[in-house]
Amino acid sequence: MSDAAIRRPLEPAKIFIELAATALIVAALSITLVGFHVKDVPGGFDVVTRFWDVLAAVVIAVVGRGWLIGLREGVPFPVAVTATPIAGILLLALISDWLFGGTLSETLRPILPFNSSVVQWLVAGIAAMFAAVGVTRAARERSAKSVEASEKFDDDAADFMDKVAAGAQRYTAWIGAGLLVVAVVLPFLPFMNLSTLDIAVLVLTYVMLGWGLNIVVGLAGLLDLGYVAFYAVGAYSFALLASPDSPVLQMMGIKEGVSFWLALPFAGMMAALAGIILGFPVLRLRGDYLAIVTLGFGEMIRVTLLNFYSLTRGPDGISKIPPPGILGYSTQPVMDNDTLENTTEFHTWIGREFDQYDNTILLYYVILVMALLTNWFTLRIRKLPVGRAWEALREDEIASRSLGINPTNTKLTAFALGAMFGGFAGSFFATRQTFVSPESFTFIESAVILAIVVLGGFGSQIGVVVASFLLIGMPELFRELQDFRMLFFGAAMVLIMLWRPSGLLARREPTIRLKDPPARGIRRERIKTREGDAPTTDAQSGDDLATGDRRP
Amino acid sequence: MEFQFAYFVDQLINGVTLGSIYGLIAIGYTMVYGIIGMINFAHGEIFMIGTFLTVIFFMLIIGTITFFPLAVLIVLLMSVLLTSVYGWTLERVAYRPLRGSPRLAALITAIGMSIFLQNYVQLLQGARNKPLTGILEGKDDILRVKYDLINTLNAAGQPYLVTISNLQLLIIILTVVVMVVFSQIISRTALGRSQRACEQDRSMAALLGINVDKTISMTFVMGAALAAVASLMFMMHVSTTDFFVGFLIGVKAFTAAVLGGIGSMPGAMLGGMIIGLVETFFGAYFNQEYKDVATFTLLVLVLIFRPTGILGKPDIEKV
Amino acid sequence: MTSPMTQPMTQPLLSVEHLTMRFGGLVAIDDVSFAATDKEITAIIGPNGAGKTTVFNCLTGFYKPSVGRLALTWDGREFLLEQMEGFVIAKTAKVARTFQNIRLFPKMTVLENLIVAQHNKLMRASGYSVRGLFGFGYQGKEAEAVEIARYWLEQINLVDRADDAAENLSYGDQRQLEIVRAMCIEPKLLCLDEPAAGLNPRETADLNKLLLFLRNEHKIGVLLIEHDMNVVMQISDHIVVLDYGRKISDGEPEAVRNDPAVIRAYLGEDEDEELPDIVKQDLAGDGADDGPETQA
Repeated sequence: MSDAAIRRPLEPAKIFIELAATALIVAALSITLVGFHVKDVPGGFDVVTRFWDVLAAVVIAVVGRGWLIGLREGVPFPVAVTATPIAGILLLALISDWLFGGTLSETLRPILPFNSSVVQWLVAGIAAMFAAVGVTRAARERSAKSVEASEKFDDDAADFMDKVAAGAQRYTAWIGAGLLVVAVVLPFLPFMNLSTLDIAVLVLTYVMLGWGLNIVVGLAGLLDLGYVAFYAVGAYSFALLASPDSPVLQMMGIKEGVSFWLALPFAGMMAALAGIILGFPVLRLRGDYLAIVTLGFGEMIRVTLLNFYSLTRGPDGISKIPPPGILGYSTQPVMDNDTLENTTEFHTWIGREFDQYDNTILLYYVILVMALLTNWFTLRIRKLPVGRAWEALREDEIASRSLGINPTNTKLTAFALGAMFGGFAGSFFATRQTFVSPESFTFIESAVILAIVVLGGFGSQIGVVVASFLLIGMPELFRELQDFRMLFFGAAMVLIMLWRPSGLLARREPTIRLKDPPARGIRRERIKTREGDAPTTDAQSGDDLATGDRRP
Repeated sequence: MEFQFAYFVDQLINGVTLGSIYGLIAIGYTMVYGIIGMINFAHGEIFMIGTFLTVIFFMLIIGTITFFPLAVLIVLLMSVLLTSVYGWTLERVAYRPLRGSPRLAALITAIGMSIFLQNYVQLLQGARNKPLTGILEGKDDILRVKYDLINTLNAAGQPYLVTISNLQLLIIILTVVVMVVFSQIISRTALGRSQRACEQDRSMAALLGINVDKTISMTFVMGAALAAVASLMFMMHVSTTDFFVGFLIGVKAFTAAVLGGIGSMPGAMLGGMIIGLVETFFGAYFNQEYKDVATFTLLVLVLIFRPTGILGKPDIEKV
Repeated sequence: MTSPMTQPMTQPLLSVEHLTMRFGGLVAIDDVSFAATDKEITAIIGPNGAGKTTVFNCLTGFYKPSVGRLALTWDGREFLLEQMEGFVIAKTAKVARTFQNIRLFPKMTVLENLIVAQHNKLMRASGYSVRGLFGFGYQGKEAEAVEIARYWLEQINLVDRADDAAENLSYGDQRQLEIVRAMCIEPKLLCLDEPAAGLNPRETADLNKLLLFLRNEHKIGVLLIEHDMNVVMQISDHIVVLDYGRKISDGEPEAVRNDPAVIRAYLGEDEDEELPDIVKQDLAGDGADDGPETQA
């Protein structure tokens, strides 16, 4: 840190080359896909050119790169001076558009080459970020007159999330309790409406899936890219049992499906069984091989659901899946003419009009309880021998074996339990949608759930909540972004990983302590002495297979 | 009897053609895995971008260049060049900063890039299919010229003709040429030596003065270039593309790489051929819908009985 | 070829007979037989590549021997290790081992490392975790396990570091932790793969003390691979020497030290430049004046 205090002189030639290279590469990247749009027109295809956008992309990239170089070389002042007005103009135009419904951006089009306000927002946001960092640094430099202070500032910023993670862990109980209170009263908060509550239900579904997968990936360290398979098995098992449209029930001549509370454990068990059947042959495979095989399983299950028409109704899916009932009463208006008995409706029984919001509240609490049970289970099992064995296998399988841990069975337990929770979540999905079809169980779902676990920070239960909110909640709340939603989703996955490679709130809490937790809280230990750093003697080099070298 | 043989030959040609495409993509996976030990999940998307570039370049030059083979050559060169830039940028932007991070971080980033690139292309070029035939409008007739191999009668007594087309010949020959060139690069050039060195021990290679960053970048560039060649073949063979086309083909190509033994170039080609053949034959003789299930089942079986793939080096556990 | 010299009255703890291990065409171990008794430290020495670690890997189930009988006998029970899976060897035959490259669970705490080692006992106590989930009758067993861990931490002076991640310990402490972790499975036979590698002289002295303590107080058999002759000669009761996968000597330290075959194995090859001086002193003894003799 200290040698950075001596600022290197700027090298204009080098910087110019860097900027030119940036321009060239961005031009090469954008000239085709951005520059030419192959459009279908009646009777063939046509090319629409968009060179203006290519130019804009190049300019934006060069300016952004210039700002980055400015910050890197420790000259924040020019960055602040240029970024602030740009961010100002862009934001002003956007805000005025938004507030007055005007078209200032449209009027400014010749100097603001964005044909989409989303891109404009994005660029404005980046410019604002640079402006903020530039101004802060410039101000600091002026007052502290030293680069060291601003370097320290950077260091602090980098450690910020570490501290947040440590804090989150230290006050887990409080944060958990706080979140729980919010979660419990959420449906009755004044700003809630049907669509936000729906989003909350969706987020909780992913929280539960994340917690379930966390057992497999976070604790046992098994890279599962096909978690959606178990979600699908759960959903279909549930649907086949609960829906009056189920081919299985129809074949057996049963008119009415099983209730939610009976079908749920069955679906979980089916998913766990699927986990055992699929897991048994492949769990001895190493990390990446396991990943590709599980991905294959996900696809196999989806293809089977799509083509096994007599069981799954193929692409048509299974509909009329009933919502959870209460005390044997249906929570939906009963449509069927055969059973036109009002007494089967819960809302009639308690003397209320049917209200979709009430119904969603019920779903909300069901998934809340299911998710909390998953959480309780995970926290609990982590502290039991099998949980510790999972973590031990994740850390070092060979050492675990040498201590008498059965790797296959232990991993299989994790796989099956993870699958079971996936199955529970799948049942909930089925009952919420009232309809299941293979479309809902594509690879992207597996990727999203895995992303939630990894982005949140392995094994971090609160991390899963945060990541679910960021990845599921935010995009749903900003539905205007529609077209850009998945683009941002992908970009967010990349950026968060680049920023925090071990996840947002990665921090491991010991499962057992000899003493009380240390009062001073966070201790930052950076001394590492393992294989790589250890003093190596030639005695450490391989011994057993090197015989060949020495033979004459 | 003769019909059955003819049918078999027909499927064999189809399978080899398809397998060539898988094999070329699989090499990209296998090289990257060999050198930095990560599944470059976005490689399928690089292939997808290659198909779009092929469409765009054909669209741009087909009106002016009437000699079709020349047009193909130009499109091939341009698309190889620009797809490589995508490959290079992918590594530089998304993977290089994560070197030395937990393996899962790199995998998640790769999946993130894959989602990003799919949607990037969808936003820029629309979600509709892009059929190349609609653009070429018959200018590629030369590729459709067929040579009779077997002329027989099928079970119903109708004539059954087994042919091989210029296109199929082109794909097979191009694959062989590309394979020869690449194995020469790997075994003869300084770049190839650096790559092999980095594969074995990256830090030692760095100590010996090999520019590891550059070597890894070049690996991505080479992988992307092969994917671009494959995408041209794919477009002329299958003709239509969309923003999602890279996913399934990417997964199958990765499966091929694992099947053949990850890290081994001949293995990737062999794996690609096997996947192409299994898919074609399973579809032809058993069931078209479940051909992907067959592919993955084969993968699982191979991994259980030979965990390092067909040509992979046996991996004795060192303790 | 010397024939096995030690022929104990009773059944030895471990008896290795005609062990052979081939990897493809490579014969890593060629017809090796030896025995190890409890309450004794048996050292296996030999130049790099002699096949020492391979013997361990066969004993602990990481490799299946091509030929041979590996019998472990205690409490009147006999276990044929070559027929058992790796984790079963640790679980029921009670053979524990450490590794050349330390294999702790780096992110887990020191205490957790020791608790994990008591996995099978705790699994039974917690009703395979099912009963433990609801907290019946498991707490007590866990507390016992913690006490065992505390005992071992006291032996290696790491009680203070119990709640730190294992990766944060110094190298020497990690070596010792790995040994006591192996002790937590309550082994009858403890196999240590170069426990002194990378240790400084003081740490080596501590290690010697610990190993003698294990032998004297815990009455277990210790099988030791080591290059550091300070350790080997000071604490071993019995030494087996391997070279090129064959046993070339077997006996008490003094006898082995003067065995010409051993001296030849260590000094006969001219390219063995990294040979530690200490080995030359210890093994060559008076014959050191002759200098290394070159043999074709």
